[in-house]
Amino acid sequence: MRALNASWWTRRVSKTVANTSLAKRLLAVVAGMLVWLAGPAAQADLTIDITRGNERATPIAVVPFADQAGGLPEDIAQVVSDDLERSGYFEPLPRSEMFNQPSTSEEVTYGDWRSLDSRYLVVGSTSQEGGQVKVRFELLDVSGETRLLGETVTASSSDLRGAAHYISDQIFEEITGIRGAFSTRIAYVTSQGVGDNTQYGLYVADADGRNSQQVLTSDEPIMSPAWSPDGGKLAYVSFETERPAIYVQNLATGQRVKLTDFEGLNSAPSWSPDGRRLAMALSRDGQPEIYVMDIGSRNVQRVTNSSSIETEPAWAPDGRSLIFTSDRSGGPQIYRQSVSGGEAERLTYTGNYNARGRLSPDGETLFLIHRGNNGYQVAKQDLESGRLVEISDAQQAESPSIAPNGTMVIFATQQGSTGVLGAVTADGRAQFRLPAAQGDVREPAWSPFLN
Amino acid sequence: MFLKPYARSLAIAASLAVLAGCSSTGGTQDGSAAGTGTGGTMGGTGVGTGTAGSGQVSGSGYGTDGAGQMADGRIPEVRTIYFNYDSDAIRPEFESVVNAHAQYLSSNPNASVVLQGHTDERGTREYNLALGERRAGSVERYLRLQGVNPSQMEVVSYGEERPAARGSNEDAFAQNRRVVFAY
Repeated sequence: MRALNASWWTRRVSKTVANTSLAKRLLAVVAGMLVWLAGPAAQADLTIDITRGNERATPIAVVPFADQAGGLPEDIAQVVSDDLERSGYFEPLPRSEMFNQPSTSEEVTYGDWRSLDSRYLVVGSTSQEGGQVKVRFELLDVSGETRLLGETVTASSSDLRGAAHYISDQIFEEITGIRGAFSTRIAYVTSQGVGDNTQYGLYVADADGRNSQQVLTSDEPIMSPAWSPDGGKLAYVSFETERPAIYVQNLATGQRVKLTDFEGLNSAPSWSPDGRRLAMALSRDGQPEIYVMDIGSRNVQRVTNSSSIETEPAWAPDGRSLIFTSDRSGGPQIYRQSVSGGEAERLTYTGNYNARGRLSPDGETLFLIHRGNNGYQVAKQDLESGRLVEISDAQQAESPSIAPNGTMVIFATQQGSTGVLGAVTADGRAQFRLPAAQGDVREPAWSPFLN
Repeated sequence: MFLKPYARSLAIAASLAVLAGCSSTGGTQDGSAAGTGTGGTMGGTGVGTGTAGSGQVSGSGYGTDGAGQMADGRIPEVRTIYFNYDSDAIRPEFESVVNAHAQYLSSNPNASVVLQGHTDERGTREYNLALGERRAGSVERYLRLQGVNPSQMEVVSYGEERPAARGSNEDAFAQNRRVVFAY
């Protein structure tokens, strides 16, 4: 019997200053052949392992927040510091090098921090109020001796990490001018065991790999998770009927529908920017070709028409064209074609293996898997100049997925013979890994902005 | 007993001759050729028949075994064939295995097989899923040319998702590039 399990998570952050609600409250609906597995889900949290730091990162000091709430389960300043370091844009000062630990701007002696070469300083404190935790923080410009941000965030004690990620977002945007993506999530696929005993899982976790929640388990493969543009649903491929089929699952309710089970391949779902259509690769007419399904009507329209393999579609941000992998030239290369048809334009010419392309949010850069002298690596190609550069330094990289703010690419790689997730900044300067406690992890998909 | 497939070419006729030869010399191992004839109750899949852990996949050995244990009423014992890197061509040493399945399916029109295509782990997953389909598709085409009714066959690609062997080395890769005949 196929064991399938859908599960859900709840999370709540409310803020007194900014009035955006972060995550939705979630409901469990167990339906059809889904079987609820009692007991805690297997832990699949990911840890962070920085493998390449950015020498040009901006020095910042995140002082431990004065804990007036008493015994909080999370070290909020540490979460913020880790977020900022992981972005590749910042180099946080080690706590051991801090002369003192002010908690408000009034307590700060700027000269102390100038002498430590910190350009920015974050101070704050926490307090308890009516069962909620209030987190007050300030961002200070050390050289200008000015306060850039001051805000109080209210969170439940079970979502202090969410509050920390929100603070990281504010700091990141204030300094870089780029919207922070620390409050986003990643979906990924796990597998454990070998042969017939392999167990596959689909998970969603915070962007830092923590707070993982199981979405689906199966003893047949799960592939290609893809977030809907509103962040509420995942499309994926499941082999639970012993054939590949595309499903869409609502993350809040757990309800899911089988969208396609045509004869042959049903693979590589990709949502249109407006969320109304799904591009996919189907082989119902012979070779795998790119199709676009109107989700409302379920009408399927064929986009490509050739005697070769066409797969791995992804939308341009304007929703008018698709990029995809085709081996019509003999090996896999990336092409672009209008959704309404017409001629395909070949985008990649460097090397003989370029696949699984994804476009940056501004549509100007193509991220892809390129096989060169270093094996399979994440590469980026400037679409204007056509120049391709490898940005990862990893073993057998695959499945690149771009953060919604375009600053990072998460991908799957190998550590020894175990599948782990890696991430690299879009400029290639900083790289880190997110290993899981056990089993293989792969096919990461970065969510859109959720707040 | 032999339902001779409709021979469309000399090559097929020749391979059938080889098959017939092997079959007659191989005989039935346990003396009883009592299969159910439908094959539908065999249950156990061919997955995992790749040699676990040990070195190279020995193609010719499989081929000989495959033909040797073949009997009209039984599903051929060897249900996995292996492929070269980046190739969907059926290796000569596995033709006898495929021929044995062609013979079985032709003799048992109620039997049906799922041709499961697999790749090694190198390259992107979705492209590999397409390559696995191409690999299984080449076996399906071969069986069709041998006269097997297309309605008895289905192609399902697993790409790199169901490796027979773990490890990022050539031995594991060789065991994972395969097509499994699942009845």
